[in-house]
This record gives sequence, C-alpha cells and structure tokens, in this order.
Amino acid sequence: MSDSLPEIHFTVNGDRYAVRVPAMKRLLDVLREDLRLTGTKEGCGEGECGSCSVRMNGELVNSCLVPVLQAQGAQIETVEGLARNGELHPLQQAFLDCGGAQCGICTPGMLMAATHLLARNPNPCPAEIREGLAGNLCRCTGFTRIFESVAAAARKSSEVHTKRAVHAR
Amino acid sequence: MRGNPEAHALVAPGDLSAVLALMAEEPGEWTPIAGGTELMVAHAAGRLNAKKLVSLWGIADLRFIESSADGFAIGAGATFGDLRAHAELAAELPLLARAASWIGAIANQNRATIGGNLVNGSPAADSSPALLAYDAQVELISVRGTRRVAYSEFHTGYKRNVLAADELMLAIHVPRRFARHRQYLRKVGTRRAMAIAKVALGATALVGDGVVSEIRLAAASLAPFPARLYQSEATIVGRPIAEETVHAARNALLAEAKPIDDIRSTAEYRRRVGANLLEEFLLELGTEPRP
Repeated sequence: MSDSLPEIHFTVNGDRYAVRVPAMKRLLDVLREDLRLTGTKEGCGEGECGSCSVRMNGELVNSCLVPVLQAQGAQIETVEGLARNGELHPLQQAFLDCGGAQCGICTPGMLMAATHLLARNPNPCPAEIREGLAGNLCRCTGFTRIFESVAAAARKSSEVHTKRAVHAR
Repeated sequence: MRGNPEAHALVAPGDLSAVLALMAEEPGEWTPIAGGTELMVAHAAGRLNAKKLVSLWGIADLRFIESSADGFAIGAGATFGDLRAHAELAAELPLLARAASWIGAIANQNRATIGGNLVNGSPAADSSPALLAYDAQVELISVRGTRRVAYSEFHTGYKRNVLAADELMLAIHVPRRFARHRQYLRKVGTRRAMAIAKVALGATALVGDGVVSEIRLAAASLAPFPARLYQSEATIVGRPIAEETVHAARNALLAEAKPIDDIRSTAEYRRRVGANLLEEFLLELGTEPRP
C-alpha cells in the first residue's frame, strides 16, 4: 500500500515536512499522529466545535475537515507556532492573565481563531470578537473571559503600536 | 474518526480539464470534493459511500467572482468567505452576502463553496433562497461543453439534481436587475451561528402604487429541496398590499409547503413560521423602503 501513497509536502510553522500517508487522512490526524504536533485538538470531528482550528495559507480552517492531499504545498500554522523562543504570544499571555483558558481543550483552537481575527482586524469590537470565535466552543469558561482575553490582547498590541509610532517620531 | 482513510481514493489533478476528463472516462465513479465541509463530516462518521474522490480545491478556473453590466458570474468553487469579502457583490446582492455570513462560522466559510452548497442539495441550504429570489442560473460543464439551467430547475428531488454523471457545476450567474426590488431574507435556526435552518424565506418584489407587480418567494426546509413558492406568489402578484392579500398568501403557503418532521424541527412549526415570515415580508412591502 505504501508504494501507492502520495508524497505530500507542506510547511508547519515554517518547518518543511514531507509525509507519505493516505490522501484522505485528515490534516488533523497527520499533524497529531505523523508529525507529533499534538497541540491541535480533536473535539467533535465534524467542523462544529473549532478545537482543531489551524491556519492554512492564511485562512482559518477546521483541520478535521481537510483531507491532507488538499494541504499539498500549503503553509500551515498551528498553536505550536505562536510562542517564540520560549516567550508566549500576546494572545496566549492574555488568555493566561484573563482566565481565558480552563481545561484547555478548546484553547488551541480559540487561539488560532483569535490569531486569525486579529490578523484581519487588529481592533475588533465585541460583536466582531464574538463572530470571529463563533465556531469555537468552550464548555468551561462561559466565553466571557475568552472574549475579554482577545480584547485585552488587541488593546495591548495597539498600545505597543502607538508607542512605537510615537517613538518613531 | 470512524472512517478509514485507506478505503477511499482521492486524487487532485489540479486543473479543470483534467478533472472533466477523469469524470468522462468513468462517469459516475468519481465524487468531486471541494472544501470538504459536507463529505469530510460523512468520512469522519464512517458513512462516506464514495470510493473515488476528485479534489476541486485550488482549481483557479472554478474559484472566481466576475461582475459585468448584466450581473455576477460566481465560480462554483468560490467560498462563502470569498462572497462576503467581495464588496461589490455584497452591496448589490445583499441577500447572498447575508446568506454567506450564515454558513457555519469563519473556518467553515473559508472552505465551504457555493457550488458545493447547491450540488449537495440540502433542503436547508443557506445560499439557495437568496439565489432563487434573484432568479439565478447555474452553468454546468463537462467534456461535452457547457449548458445553463435556471437554478429553480436544478433540484429535482431530495438530494437529486439535473447534473449528468460526467458534469460539474462551473458557475452561478446572478442577474443585476434587482436594485429597485424590495428584498427579504430571514433564517430561523436554533442560535445565531453554527445552526442549520429550521426554515428560511428569501424574497424579492417590485411594488408600484401599492400593488405588487412582480414577486419571487423561495424557501428552505419547506420542501424536499430549496424551491420557489409559485402558488403563494400567484396570490400576491397584481394585488395591493392589503389584509386580504396577506391572508390569501398565508393560506397559499400553508397549502403549498411540504415540510417534514426531523431532528431540527417539526413540519407544523416550519409551516407556521414559513407563513409568519411571508407575512413579515408583505407587511414590510406596505411600508416605505428603508434608505
């Protein structure tokens, strides 16, 4: 069987990978089982809960609904790519500071959806935060602290930008 | 994950002509898969029947939105995210842009395609009432050539349509002649996001001197497939917006609708809410258009 398996190339968080796996294997399972990147979680397995959210070529997707062949040549971003050199991403820090993470199962997906939202819209209003995270379910926090975490991260990064802009003058 | 990835072949020829050639070689053997928001759910549940799948993802000839003086040509592979992001389309076809915003959430909208939504043929399909209200046509393609069919004639039964075994949906054509029409679209679901419609109604109408001269009514989940409500339309066209018209239209809808009981709702609820939505639209027609 392995002779007939396609070779699939893509990058995850900037690192190149090549795998030989069945074309219909889910991107989620390839990340977790073949690449051992277990930060991405499986919740419902049917695109309803957002636990497995990753970015593929800059678009937020549910990795449980992506047959890996469709990731051929893609640039994938997962939660493992958020922290840099041991330093938490501002969103991760905000989730920690604001109590946005409890049991942790939804957290990687929430972080990826929030990353996607802030990449498109650095200063979202509360309704935009809710829409950006509407596909991500949390059974612990009641969502409010998650929304506050995203708002706090957005505020912080706009403060940093303002400071930089002032400094640049 | 109950499905077995090794039980299904998936190929990605990469361009439209290669996909069509494959489908012509073995008609009916290949199931097209675009963003996977329907078929991958079945796959995970272990109930994907298709043994051979051909990927449409990433085929540029299917993923486009073009506007002309006549209207919009929307590639079947355009995602609902593409539709929402297209400012001109969102301004001129507001019902379609609103329907696009109802598809799941952002991650689903980035993968789900308009062609997939129509070919899948769910009675509850979010984009269908808007496309029926806008009198859209669908363009189908095979190695034999292309043909256009009124979207209102595309579905022929529950999850059945006019596509031949070697055909793909290429594009959806929406005419640009509804600027003066009053437009309506409302979906009733369990919650605001990630909910499949219990019932939805889309409509466009022209009103002059208090009389409805033209009307299109289209419903999701009131029949085995998304469909126009022709009998209800007939009770309204040529009539003034008056209590008797609303009453007759409600009765026509109650008689014409053929909803079912399922996990999301009951036939009786769907029928009554469908009539309420129609009444809401007709009462809106009796008021001045909002700027």
